Amino acid sequence: MRVEMPDARARPAAGQLGHQVSDDLDLSILVIDENAIRASLIEQGLRMAGHTRVTMVHELLGVARIIERMAPDVIVIDVENPNRDMLDSLFLLSRSVKRPIAMFVDRSDRAAIEAAVEAGVSAYVVDGLKQERIKPILDMAISRFNAFSRMERELEEAKSELENRKVIDRAKCILMRSRGLSEEAAYKLLRTTAMNQNRKIIDIAQSLVMTAGLLEA
Amino acid sequence: MPKSQIAIGFVPLLDSAVLVSAVAGGFTADEGLDVRLVRESAWSSIRDRLAVGHLHAAHMLAPMPIAANLGLFPLSPSLVAPFALGLGGNAVTVSNALAEQMRAEGDRGDLDPVTAGAALREVVRARRAARAAPLRFGVVYHFSGHNYELRFWLAACGIDPDHDVEFVILPPPYMPDALAAGRIDGYCVGEPWNSSAVMRGVGRIATVKARIWRSSPEKVLGVARDFAETRPEALDALLRALYRAAQWCGAPENREALASILAAPAHLGLPRELLLPALSGEILAAPGRVVPVEDFFVTAAKAATFPWQSHALWFYSQMVRWGDCSHSAHNAAIARDSYRPDLYRRALRSLGAPLPGANLKVEGALIRATAVGASAAGLVLGPDGFFDGHAFDPDRLDAYLATQRRAREVAI
Repeated sequence: MRVEMPDARARPAAGQLGHQVSDDLDLSILVIDENAIRASLIEQGLRMAGHTRVTMVHELLGVARIIERMAPDVIVIDVENPNRDMLDSLFLLSRSVKRPIAMFVDRSDRAAIEAAVEAGVSAYVVDGLKQERIKPILDMAISRFNAFSRMERELEEAKSELENRKVIDRAKCILMRSRGLSEEAAYKLLRTTAMNQNRKIIDIAQSLVMTAGLLEA
Repeated sequence: MPKSQIAIGFVPLLDSAVLVSAVAGGFTADEGLDVRLVRESAWSSIRDRLAVGHLHAAHMLAPMPIAANLGLFPLSPSLVAPFALGLGGNAVTVSNALAEQMRAEGDRGDLDPVTAGAALREVVRARRAARAAPLRFGVVYHFSGHNYELRFWLAACGIDPDHDVEFVILPPPYMPDALAAGRIDGYCVGEPWNSSAVMRGVGRIATVKARIWRSSPEKVLGVARDFAETRPEALDALLRALYRAAQWCGAPENREALASILAAPAHLGLPRELLLPALSGEILAAPGRVVPVEDFFVTAAKAATFPWQSHALWFYSQMVRWGDCSHSAHNAAIARDSYRPDLYRRALRSLGAPLPGANLKVEGALIRATAVGASAAGLVLGPDGFFDGHAFDPDRLDAYLATQRRAREVAI
């Protein structure tokens, strides 16, 4: 986008480019995400909403050519993607992409922009497209991005939960062996110690396992 | 007393040294600040996070605060640059094949921008005569020192950057791979991504920023204007911490420790050996050939952290030159005032360090190191200046712009 000052801050009037699409579902959408799982979540969401012209790109290379060829109306990309700088420069200044593209629909919609960046979504949209046509796409992307982070977090938690249980089991075994306790009594001992020291059971179990390891070595 | 919390973004590059060591070396903690460093992989990401308030400040390409305040970004935060994160640090690397062709046209492999540029011009001419595709160069971002200094160098050597070569944007760590795969013929990037290509044997360094424009700005601390205005004490404390860190980084005896801090996984996450050429100025130009470069990357000496408004205006002159924005007195003032030497002085006065008395200087006026007027004795500036020998006088911006246009018109 070649910007002439001092009007650079002004938003282009909606529809000034004469961009004609009869139906919102006709918008062509490009999703760039190196994370294939998250990308497929977005794609699924878009298709469920009735969008048919959806293209996914996972690769860093060759994106510029794909954009030139398909001339998307909307590009959704993860904020962290190293491709961001290329896209930024491409849309702002490149002479090779003919259609000027601006990021986000309405710069004044601060809450929407914050929600998007918070979720890790950024979007490039053809100038002149009306906000109400883009907003559902962005909202969907934001909610899917959030769902994906939640999923990742839960997976992480489940993993550490499993790890914790293994460590506690080992600590119980050590106590049962060294003190001749039953499994239940061993667990009780761990729990009381944790409570007395105002620490978590897993922390007590971890130090026990570590100490036992040192003594054995 | 609760510590003042600040979130600062950085991109894992060698020139984040002052910022990273200010935090890792405890300089910010000494000032009572609790700084959270946030690593980002893209400059646009840094800009967006500043715009929505996730970050208060960031390691930033020197032209970015200017572009932001001119409203050239799709999402333009209002920024101030009260501190520079050093001088120099970039280089231009070319593929082995291009290096050979340049060698055949008289390049000596000694990083001299005049002979390297003249050789490159002959290669470009020959390619055009043979109807070969134009050479393709990578830079990291449009609003970057890399883009503008590469264009400046090419144009001054008689190569039109808009027509004789092609520019592509690539993230720094991908540059050596792209060069090895033949997708680009050269690039201008910060360290360690030039040394990396040479060490891998996939490219050679043609010239360096410090020889194209000696003592030139590269990264600045970009600060959200809102933060600067509402939390002046935190900003002052941060600038003092950065100043002390810059002094620490500039002392040769700390080089090894600095390399270790930067190499750590949370920072650059790269082998130490890759970082040493830039820190020592012993540049590995080609396999087995070390070329010492004076002032390759300067963090402390020569008022390296002072946000010269003449630096801002030079970048502005190049933005106008290449059609990124139109020239007016209003726009020039926005560019100039994006850099804030007043905030720098306010924060550092209490340290008793020698601070420049002027906000602007003629770039290229000092042929040798010269003691200059400052708030305390001991400030030495220069040598500085452009390899083409033309000085930039910020008071004569229009005249400079006229010469810059001509340079473009006389391109081959």
